[in-house]
Amino acid sequence: MTIINPYLPFLSEITAVIKHTDIEYTFRMTYQGDVKPGQFFEVSLPKFGEAPISVSGIGDDTVDLTIRKVGKVTDEIFENYVGDHLFLRGPYGNGFDIDNYKGREILLVAGGTGLSPVKGIVDYFSQNPADANGFTLLVGFKSPADVLFKDDFTTWQKNLNVIMTVDTADDGYCGKRGMVTEYIPNIPIKNVSDAVGIVVGPPMMMKCTIAELLKAGFREENLWISQERKMCCGIGKCGHCKIDDTYICLDGPVFNYTKGKFLKD
Amino acid sequence: MGYQIDLKKMNAILADLSKTYTIYAPKRFVGDGTFAHIDTIRYGEISDLAEIEFAEKSNYSFKEVLLPISETLFYFTENEMKEADARAKGAIVFLRSCDLHALKRLDTIYLENGAVDSYYKRLRDNTKFILMGCTQSFENCFCVSMGSNQTDDYDAYLKVDGETVLLNSRWEALDDALAGATAKDVVPDFVTENDTVVELPEAVPQALFDAPFWEDYGNRCIACGRCNFVCPTCTCFTMQDLFYTDNGKAGERRRVWASCHVDGYTDMAGGHAFRNDKGQRMRFKVMHKVNDYKRRFGTHMCIGCGRCDDVCPEYISFSNCINKLSALVKEDN
Ligand SMILES: Cc1cc2nc3c(=O)[nH]c(=O)nc-3n(C[C@H](O)[C@H](O)[C@H](O)COP(=O)(O)OP(=O)(O)OC[C@H]3O[C@@H](n4cnc5c(N)ncnc54)[C@H](O)[C@@H]3O)c2cc1C
Ligand code: SF4
Ligand code: SF4
Ligand code: FES
Repeated sequence: MTIINPYLPFLSEITAVIKHTDIEYTFRMTYQGDVKPGQFFEVSLPKFGEAPISVSGIGDDTVDLTIRKVGKVTDEIFENYVGDHLFLRGPYGNGFDIDNYKGREILLVAGGTGLSPVKGIVDYFSQNPADANGFTLLVGFKSPADVLFKDDFTTWQKNLNVIMTVDTADDGYCGKRGMVTEYIPNIPIKNVSDAVGIVVGPPMMMKCTIAELLKAGFREENLWISQERKMCCGIGKCGHCKIDDTYICLDGPVFNYTKGKFLKD
Repeated sequence: MGYQIDLKKMNAILADLSKTYTIYAPKRFVGDGTFAHIDTIRYGEISDLAEIEFAEKSNYSFKEVLLPISETLFYFTENEMKEADARAKGAIVFLRSCDLHALKRLDTIYLENGAVDSYYKRLRDNTKFILMGCTQSFENCFCVSMGSNQTDDYDAYLKVDGETVLLNSRWEALDDALAGATAKDVVPDFVTENDTVVELPEAVPQALFDAPFWEDYGNRCIACGRCNFVCPTCTCFTMQDLFYTDNGKAGERRRVWASCHVDGYTDMAGGHAFRNDKGQRMRFKVMHKVNDYKRRFGTHMCIGCGRCDDVCPEYISFSNCINKLSALVKEDN
C-alpha cells in the first residue's frame, strides 16, 4: 500500500498577477479541486520554506492567493515569481460555510489583509445578492495606499452596501476615515438578533469589533471569526498552531464565536 | 509464548535479526551528560545485549527512532522534488512500559490527528517493540499515577538474568528463532509504587491560566527546551529548508524538533508572538500534558517518566507543578 505523502507540494502555474500595493499582490494559480473561502494553502518555495496563505478568490480552475511581502518566503515570491509557477500543498482548514449565511442579514467586517480569507464570501453574495437578506461589507485599511482589491470594490458596490474606511489619510482624501468600529452603530440592521457578523483582521481589530457587535445586539452564536497562528504543517502535526485542545489548522481557522471566544493562547 | 535461553544464544539470535532490523536500545555514553562529569543514557544501535543499560532510566526516550531529531522529507532542485528514501532496514526498539504508553501518544498525533504522516507511518510499520521490565521505580518517576506502569502491548518482553535470558514473545519471527529454547512462564517486571505521586487536576478552569502561580516558573525557566526534547510525548517540529552551496540549486526540506518553551515557537509575520512570558509557556506545556490532550483524545498525554524533572537545569519539577495546580483547582471549586 502506498501512503500519500502530505508534505510533498504540487506545481501550480501562475496565470495572472494583480498588483494592489507595492507589497501586496494577488497570484492567480492553477488548481483543480474543492476549495472554500477561508481555507489556506501552504505556498512552498524550495530553499526558502513555506508560508500559509488564504484563498482570496475561487475561479473555475484557479485559486487566488493574495500575498503580503513580509519575510523570507514572501520576499522571494515577489522577487522571483517570473519563474511562472509556485509549489502548493493544501487546501487546509475548515473554511467558511456559505450555507450558514444564506437567507440571512450579513455584516462582514474586515481589516486590511483580513479581507483575503473572506473575499470569496463577498464575491459569492455580490454575484447572488438574492441569497442574502441584505449584505453590508465594512472594511478598514491603514491608509489609501494600503487599499486592496480596488477593482473588486467597484463591482461589489453595485449590489452590496459597501463601507470602506482608512485609519489616516492626507487632507485631500475624500473617502471615509476612522476605525471600522466607529461605523458599526450606524449600520442599519433589520433584525439584529438574527443577523450574522463575520469578523477577520488583526487580533486587536477583531477584539474591538466583536465588542462593538455584541453591544449592537448581535448574538454570540451568529458571529464568525478566522484566526491566524504560526503554522509549520497545516495538518495537525507540528503543534505550533495549537491553542488549548484546538488545532487552528484542523478545527479552524474559522470559528463560531461561541467556541472562538474560549481560545486562549 | 515464554522462554528461557542462554545469553550467548540470544545474542546470536539478535545478530541474525540485525540482518533485517537495526536494533535500538538505551546505551550509556560516558561523560556526555547535561551536568559536568555525568554520563548520559540515550538511544543508540546495539548488537549485543551487554550494551543495553538496563539498570537506569534513559535520559532521552526512544522517540528519535520514529521521529528523528532532524529528518529529511524530500530533496529538491528548482523544478523537481524527490521524497527521501526510507531506512533500508526495519527497527527493533527496547523500551520500558511508560515509553510504550508514550508510543500511543505519538501514534495519536501522527496517525490520527489530521492526515496520516507518511514518514512516521513507514517507520512505525516496520518497527518491533521489546519491553524492558522495571524492578524498581527510578527517581522522579510517577508512572503509577499516570497508569503507564504496566502494559500488554509489546512484541516481546526480555529480561537478562545473569547468563540466561527470559523472554515473552508475541512475534512470530522471534518465536521461530526461539524454537530450540526452553519453554517457561515469564511475567514482566512492573513497578506498582513510585516515591513521586501526582494528583491530576480535574478540568482546569481558564481563569487559572493567569494565576500568579505561573509567575514563579516565569522567573526560573530559561527557555532552554530540554524538558521538551527529553519528553517521549512531545511531538512538535519546525520546517527547515537548506541548500547545498556547491551549485545553490539543489537542497532539501527537513523537519527538526521544536520546543514550546523556546523563543520563536509562536512567531508570526510582523514580529507578533504569543506567550512571551516563560511562565505562560510552562502553563501551555502543562495544560497540553494533563488537560488539553485528554479533552481532545481521552487520555492524558504525560506518561509520568519524570525525564523533564531529571533534566531541568533550573530544578523545575513538573510533578510538583501538577500537584500544586490540582490544589489550586480544588480551591477554585
Ligand atoms: C491561516 C493563515 C492564513 C494566512 N493568509 C495569508 C494571506 O492570505 N496573505 C498573506 O500575505 N499572509 C497570510 N498569512 C500570513 C503568512 O503566512 C505569513 O506572512 C508568512 O508565513 C510569512 O512568511 P515569510 O517566510 O515571508 O516571513 P518570515 O521570514 O518567516 O518572517 C516574516 C516576519 O516575521 C517576523 N519575524 C520572523 N522571525 C523573527 C524573529 N526572529 N524576530 C522578530 N521577528 C521575526 C519579522 O517581522 C519578519 O519580517 C496567513 C497565515 C495563516 C496562519
Ligand atoms: S511531561 Fe515529563 S514526565 Fe510527562 S511524559 Fe513528558 S518528560 Fe515524561
Ligand atoms: S522548564 Fe527547565 S528544562 Fe524546560 S525550558 Fe524551562 S529551564 Fe529548560
Ligand atoms: S499547523 Fe502544524 S499542527 Fe497546525
